[in-house]
Amino acid sequence: MSVISLNQERGLILSQVEITHPTSRGEKHIIGPVSLTVPPGEVVTVMGPSGCGKSSLLAYICGTLAPGLSGGGRVLLNSAEVTAAPPEARHIGILFQDDLLFPHLSVAGNLAFGLPPDLRGRRARRERIEAALAEADMLAFYDRDPTTLSGGQRARIALLRTLLSEPRALLLDEPFAKLDVALRHRFRSFVFDHARAQGLPTLLVTHDPQDAADAGGPRLQIDAEGRILGGRAAGRGHRPGNLP
Amino acid sequence: MRRRGLLSSLPAITLAAFLAPVVAGLIGTWLPAFGFFPTLGGESLTLAPWRELFAQPGLAESLRLTLISGLLATLLAFLLTVFFLAACHGGRLILAVRGLMAPLIAVPHAAVALGLAFLLAPSGWLVRLVSPWATGWDLPPDVATVQDPNALALTLALVVKEVPFLLLMTLAALEQVRAEERLAVARSLGYGPLVAWLKAVLPAVYRQIRLPLYAVLAFSLSVVDMALILAPLTPPPLAVQVLRWFNDPDLSMRFVAAAGACLQLLIVVGAIALWRLGETAVALAGRAWIAGGQRGGDGRIARAVSAGLVQGLVILAAAGLAAVALWSVTGRWRFPDALPADVSLDTWARHAPEAAAITATTLVTGLVAAGIALMLVVGCLENEQRRGLTLSNRALWLLYAPLLVPQVAFLFGTQVLAIQAGIDATWIALVWSHLLFVLPYVFLTLADPYRALDERYARTALCLGAKPNRVFWQVKLPMLLRPMLFALAVGFAVSVAQYLPTLFAGGGRFVTLTTEAVGLAAGGDRRVMGVYAFLQALLPLLAFAAALALPRPLVLTRRLEAIPA
Repeated sequence: MSVISLNQERGLILSQVEITHPTSRGEKHIIGPVSLTVPPGEVVTVMGPSGCGKSSLLAYICGTLAPGLSGGGRVLLNSAEVTAAPPEARHIGILFQDDLLFPHLSVAGNLAFGLPPDLRGRRARRERIEAALAEADMLAFYDRDPTTLSGGQRARIALLRTLLSEPRALLLDEPFAKLDVALRHRFRSFVFDHARAQGLPTLLVTHDPQDAADAGGPRLQIDAEGRILGGRAAGRGHRPGNLP
Repeated sequence: MRRRGLLSSLPAITLAAFLAPVVAGLIGTWLPAFGFFPTLGGESLTLAPWRELFAQPGLAESLRLTLISGLLATLLAFLLTVFFLAACHGGRLILAVRGLMAPLIAVPHAAVALGLAFLLAPSGWLVRLVSPWATGWDLPPDVATVQDPNALALTLALVVKEVPFLLLMTLAALEQVRAEERLAVARSLGYGPLVAWLKAVLPAVYRQIRLPLYAVLAFSLSVVDMALILAPLTPPPLAVQVLRWFNDPDLSMRFVAAAGACLQLLIVVGAIALWRLGETAVALAGRAWIAGGQRGGDGRIARAVSAGLVQGLVILAAAGLAAVALWSVTGRWRFPDALPADVSLDTWARHAPEAAAITATTLVTGLVAAGIALMLVVGCLENEQRRGLTLSNRALWLLYAPLLVPQVAFLFGTQVLAIQAGIDATWIALVWSHLLFVLPYVFLTLADPYRALDERYARTALCLGAKPNRVFWQVKLPMLLRPMLFALAVGFAVSVAQYLPTLFAGGGRFVTLTTEAVGLAAGGDRRVMGVYAFLQALLPLLAFAAALALPRPLVLTRRLEAIPA
């Protein structure tokens, strides 16, 4: 049975995910059906013009689909079905175009917000945060107000915050779009290096071909109506095609 | 799961909390109006109360005063708001005035009315300032400048109080209709600033301010506390007369009072219908005017006139409050003198114990009512966001219901209900009756900032593993602290200003600064009136100052730490 093989794979798996917008005049198709597998440590890119429903797809995967939309299909993470789980129980981190650092918390406060509560003790938590900052060469920013940081610094803190929450998969919603060209390349490698190092299955949506090229993984093309145009396998020849 | 159940039932609880008393109160007023009131022996339906109402001497004069002051005040306030915003758009004066609007709205109606009375009365400050050197008067002139036969003093006071509210509502609406873009297009097509605003912005903005405008109309037609201070009293405007009938020692007058209360409601409904008709006519004429393509001039005259008038109103309100404060510390102040001969704290000292107790009642009632309202409103908004609901236009009408239905038209019925429930003249009844009017304002104040918060903050926090309640307490609450405190201050100010609800629900047991100040107005000791009106104005202003100042230390300390060494 194919379902069994589906359940045995590690990584992030989407099966027949489809999003529609129910209106009084019937259902409006937004995106899908999409089926794909993102193995651990690999980046799969979904390419499409703006407005094709990429962000809704990511919202469905992490469980924050706007209540006005309805989604179908299954989301599996490391063989566990998370389709019905609340977002906070899925362990799927997401980065947006904007860093969305909480302006009422310091840099360390933002990172501590992400750090799971089972790491106990002020000291232990502080050390963990300092280690993460040091590793990104940003230790001096511990007490800073996020609004005093540059765009690139804020983007890196946002990634650190997500990584500290110990996600099992990473979703990227055009997180490089607002950075200038020089910064974009550096931040891209920063994100992809971390994702690979932690073995995270990573799903990137973008309309920038350079993002996809840097990601180096398989690509899936979506048209303006949210339909799959087919994928071009890259990297290790993984098959992003349709699962049963 | 239990928590979610509580949260999702909050909108229903909130609606019930403030709509049920209004509906029940209306029924409880309409039945006695048709003779049905078993407690007083009215067992059958009859038209007798209405016949008796129309036979009351002075009813026609009461209606005349009500209609003049209500319609004229609303029309003037609306025209002044529109022409000021149109003519001065983008100017620095609007920014300056905008900053003054919140405190002006915060000051209770009764305090504004007393301030104007202290200024405009024949023996008021204005006459004193120009006497006797310019007027030759050694005695106050014998002309009715307040409580005048056409209720023009009341009309002026209503305009002073309603223009800030309409200005603030229209300024908020301007952002929603993207006025800047509309103006840029119209100006580039050669339209003058005033005409560009009237032709390209007003039609869109009017839609947004229609409900607040109707609320202003309903309020102006049925105001009691300001009328008791500034309108003629023999006979008074209808709402005041209805209140007198309700308080008549002859209990059978309750039937006439109930019929009068219903008439008051019909007048408001009729006036809104009339206004609606006027809207249609103006829209028709306006469309032809817009199609005509007249570009208009540079609007210099309109700018000067409207700016002068709005500044005049602000100065009038401020001078009135200054007069209130001055009288409260006046020792001797003989008539034509411009200033008191001596100032003393005697009046304050003599009334300190009583004033402290009354202030405490006002403070507690206001804080509790505003606090409950804030919790209900935040719960509704949070539920709306978690479940992706949006408030329909019809629901907005429900929200405005307590502001559109005249207070005097249903509070009697609500009081009857409270007596039957055994909560008459208790804290519960008092706070609840204030809540009816506090809730809509808190909702209107908080809804926009709450909905404007980027929802991706909450989504990010959820994806970091935070449960919805933690997201609320640690992300949304701190980010929305300022608008929440502001909404709390608005709710508090609304509660402090309540006159009729305190009178009816308090059953005479509870005295607030407003009921005391209005009650004293009949007596005529300006020093004591000054004390209570000053406190009445001070309390909401302090609340606003606190709402603006409190969140600052939280933000500032971190900003300071953040400066690199």
